[in-house]
Amino acid sequence: MEDLLPDFLLETYESLVQLDAQVVRLERDLNDTSILATIFRHVHTIKGTCGFLGLSRLEKLAHATENVLDQHRNGILPITAGSIQLVLRALDGIRAIVDGIHSTGLEPKGTDAVLIAELSAGAENKLSAFERPTDVSNDDTPLAAVPVPATAPSQILIPLVAEVATILPPEPVAQTIRVSIKVLESLMALVSELVLTRNQLLQVARAHENDLFAGPLQRLSHITSDLQQGMIKTRMQPISNAWSNLPRLVRDLANELGKKIELVMLGGDTELDRQIVELIKDPLIHMVRNSADHGIENAIDRRAAGKPQQGHLRLNAYHEGGYVVIEVGDDGRGLLVDRIKAKIISNRFATETELAEMSDQQVQSFIFRASFSTAAAVTAVSGRGVGMDVVKTNIEQINGTIEVTSESGKGTLFTVKIPLTLAIVSALIVEVRGERFAIPQISVLELVRARTKGVDDLVAGRRTSECVIERINKIPVLRLRDHLLPLVNLGDLLKLDDANGREAAADGCYVVVIQVGACKFGLIVDQVFDTEEIVVKPVAPIIRQITVFGGNTILGDGSVIMIIDPSGIARATGIGIGLGGANAKGVAVEQTSKQKISLLLIKAGDEYGKAVPLDLISRLESIKPETIEYPGGQPMTQYRGKLMPLVAMSAANLNQLSSDAQPVLVFADGNRVMGLMVDEIVDVVEDWLHVELSTDQPGFLGTAIVKGRATNILDTGYWLHRAFKDWFGAPAAHRSEPPQVLVVEDSQFFRSLIIPALAAQGYHVTAVDSPVAALAMRGAGRTFDVILSDIEMPEMDGIEFVRDIRAQGAWTRLPVIALTSLNSPKAVEQGRQAGFDDYISKFDKTVLLDAVNKALSFEREAYVPEKASAQQGTQS
Amino acid sequence: MIATKATGANPNERRSGSTFVTMRVGHQLCGIPVLSVRDIIETQAMTRIPLAPQDIVGCLNLRGRVVTAIDLRLRLHLPPQNVGQARMSVVVEHQDELYSLVVDSVQEVIDFQDQCLEPNPPTLGSPWREFSAGVFQLQAELLMALNIERVLTFA
Repeated sequence: MEDLLPDFLLETYESLVQLDAQVVRLERDLNDTSILATIFRHVHTIKGTCGFLGLSRLEKLAHATENVLDQHRNGILPITAGSIQLVLRALDGIRAIVDGIHSTGLEPKGTDAVLIAELSAGAENKLSAFERPTDVSNDDTPLAAVPVPATAPSQILIPLVAEVATILPPEPVAQTIRVSIKVLESLMALVSELVLTRNQLLQVARAHENDLFAGPLQRLSHITSDLQQGMIKTRMQPISNAWSNLPRLVRDLANELGKKIELVMLGGDTELDRQIVELIKDPLIHMVRNSADHGIENAIDRRAAGKPQQGHLRLNAYHEGGYVVIEVGDDGRGLLVDRIKAKIISNRFATETELAEMSDQQVQSFIFRASFSTAAAVTAVSGRGVGMDVVKTNIEQINGTIEVTSESGKGTLFTVKIPLTLAIVSALIVEVRGERFAIPQISVLELVRARTKGVDDLVAGRRTSECVIERINKIPVLRLRDHLLPLVNLGDLLKLDDANGREAAADGCYVVVIQVGACKFGLIVDQVFDTEEIVVKPVAPIIRQITVFGGNTILGDGSVIMIIDPSGIARATGIGIGLGGANAKGVAVEQTSKQKISLLLIKAGDEYGKAVPLDLISRLESIKPETIEYPGGQPMTQYRGKLMPLVAMSAANLNQLSSDAQPVLVFADGNRVMGLMVDEIVDVVEDWLHVELSTDQPGFLGTAIVKGRATNILDTGYWLHRAFKDWFGAPAAHRSEPPQVLVVEDSQFFRSLIIPALAAQGYHVTAVDSPVAALAMRGAGRTFDVILSDIEMPEMDGIEFVRDIRAQGAWTRLPVIALTSLNSPKAVEQGRQAGFDDYISKFDKTVLLDAVNKALSFEREAYVPEKASAQQGTQS
Repeated sequence: MIATKATGANPNERRSGSTFVTMRVGHQLCGIPVLSVRDIIETQAMTRIPLAPQDIVGCLNLRGRVVTAIDLRLRLHLPPQNVGQARMSVVVEHQDELYSLVVDSVQEVIDFQDQCLEPNPPTLGSPWREFSAGVFQLQAELLMALNIERVLTFA
């Protein structure tokens, strides 16, 4: 315990300084709940930590303070000048005790009964309790002197000194000092610079042999290397540093709760950036506490459930695909979905109908909401509802993710994924066509020297011991110990100039065998150099859409190098496809904005290239001409037991039906399917869809540059409409006109992404680039069925826009859906308050379409009368 | 000096961001506020970024920080500079990231505090329209004030 005390003191002093500042801020703005929440968390942390350090006096006082704050936080008790005074006095009381611990190493004797009584009285809303301290403050007594209650001066033994919080006597905390990461970063940059200069010097020195400087330079060089190593080390810590206090915590908890718990910790030597270790500490404590308190049952319940009496808590840390994964698992009762549901409803986080549509996993994720706790009683351990939301916030601060999976009766598993962005990794440096790249060593399984199969080999039919790259339909593969390893030519993938690459490959190249998740593949490179310790730096936002790179870094020689992200390569080449749920989920999380999209290039009619986003196509088929029938003049074919209408993109398609198979793009919309006949399917490419020229030609959205060529982008909505109209006939259609959707989005890119997606569903889409333009349409009397709006826009943002819609005009009751790339819970809440009906990520097409559908069905039920009258208005 | 005193200009309207570093991109004189310029360096060897948009020409090391370089000529859809011709890099900081704008040459620093920024001529086509924050009138020619935010936004 002694070695934990200095840390505790340092932390608590920091918290107290923060607390003072926050309380004073709160005094200025009594209604700011976010300040109150911060104050509450600080006090909660102090209470929690002293709990397991055995500082009972401090714990009691902090608990009492927390109680009062909790009442304020829940809005039960209004915040008044008096209550702030009381909280400040409580903080001073805490500081007095902490000072005592600081100077003697022990908790000072005495009680804080009077103060605690006042606090409890305060928590029970006896206003009289507040009045007294207000009186005290009236006679201009300095704050620091206030906490000594006049009635019990002898009970606080340690004199209070106002400056204690800022000036710390050095003795008890001399072993470590805290250095801000900023200082370390700038030192790191300087050292890199030094290394660069050293290298230049060495180069100069090499030119002058027998130089006087050779000796000293050699020494300088060594020292510089050592300095660089040391600098890198300052940032690294094994994760066991973050959980060294957990065994004690679990033991104490087990005793306190009367349970038997065994803690297993694996992967403690997984190295993490120092900053991340610091930040992950508190969340880990919270999670372990939660598992011990709520997760693991007591011995009697466990025996009744047929489990061993002793509960197991398992911590596991490991590196995985550029992440550090930390698992906190228990074999307890699992999350009680029904109880969480009840709590969700009682806290009005969601309605019962919304809940009915959620999966268990979605329901379980509600435990990360603020003030959510299913523990029936507030205990000293947990159950106040601070825990999991703090955990989530802290983890998100370091760009991590947290997920919970739980099986009733079997246990709960929290999986925390932290990106490696700050961490230092060992990387293999390779060269391809004259460019160097770094590959994280973690995903490299082995290196194989290979050469491409020449004509000689085929003629002689010999099989040598060395590895030979073979091809199946131009796709390179490698026979590696009787397994076929798919190969990716890194130079081709990165579209590097192929000047003299081919010859080099013929006389030998290297295959870097890489494992991502469950799949293995080989990267063909020209040269393999050394491994180097590198600090992964994120790439600039403007090139973040290139997913094959995980970052960049500066090498020892001062040059910048791009770091390959093996999972990005797997995705780009389709190797990772079909790996199942877990991997697919990871992909979704990593998907960033401004990503390239896959486009299918086709030819139809004229020689100009045409393209359609691959996402919109469900299948590509080749249909024999004789299977195409013409009942009623409409071409159609039997497709999977159904009749599928066919639409020809150009008149030529219909006339030229020769004996060749007809290529068809199959579009599916719900259970309707249609086929679009084209002349030729050319290729699938990845590119940014940036429609530059709009067109009046029906059936096309406009023209974009795809692979350096002007290409017409198909308006799939138009073609689907043609098929459906002809096929179902106008009178039979279940709605007389397509729903009108208004899209307000300033980015051309997203407009061109969203419009085809919506149009393909048969909606009539109108898009404008600013809320101002949208409001002008409202003024002009246009009506819509649903509005989709971006949040971040110049001039007027989405929040203002929706407020305006709700405030006045004809659109007040229209469903409005927010499209955004930022969906933090806070932003969502803000959006909802402003008047958005739904809040969705603009990158997820399925969610987008679902949301629009939902809004429309709701809208049809609720708003039909009004809409009808509005239409009459325009007609008359 | 070059900046002529506009009559009736209210001295209170002077803004601190009115001093511009000027640079030449093709035939055009461009300017960015001096306060946003971190460094001016001679363009050095760069690491190419495969698959990046054409106008992102690479990244380089500036005192231990990675700088992403954008060729303003290509960004403004001008023909590329002849190979081997010396070029300059104007390093700017934008949202905590360093970017280097590769230009043909860097010219003088001009104070425009007495002159107002004229709006873009409405006939200015894309992409210049997006990248220009407005035009300053110099005696001999026109200076296009760059909108750094837009120049560094790749949709």
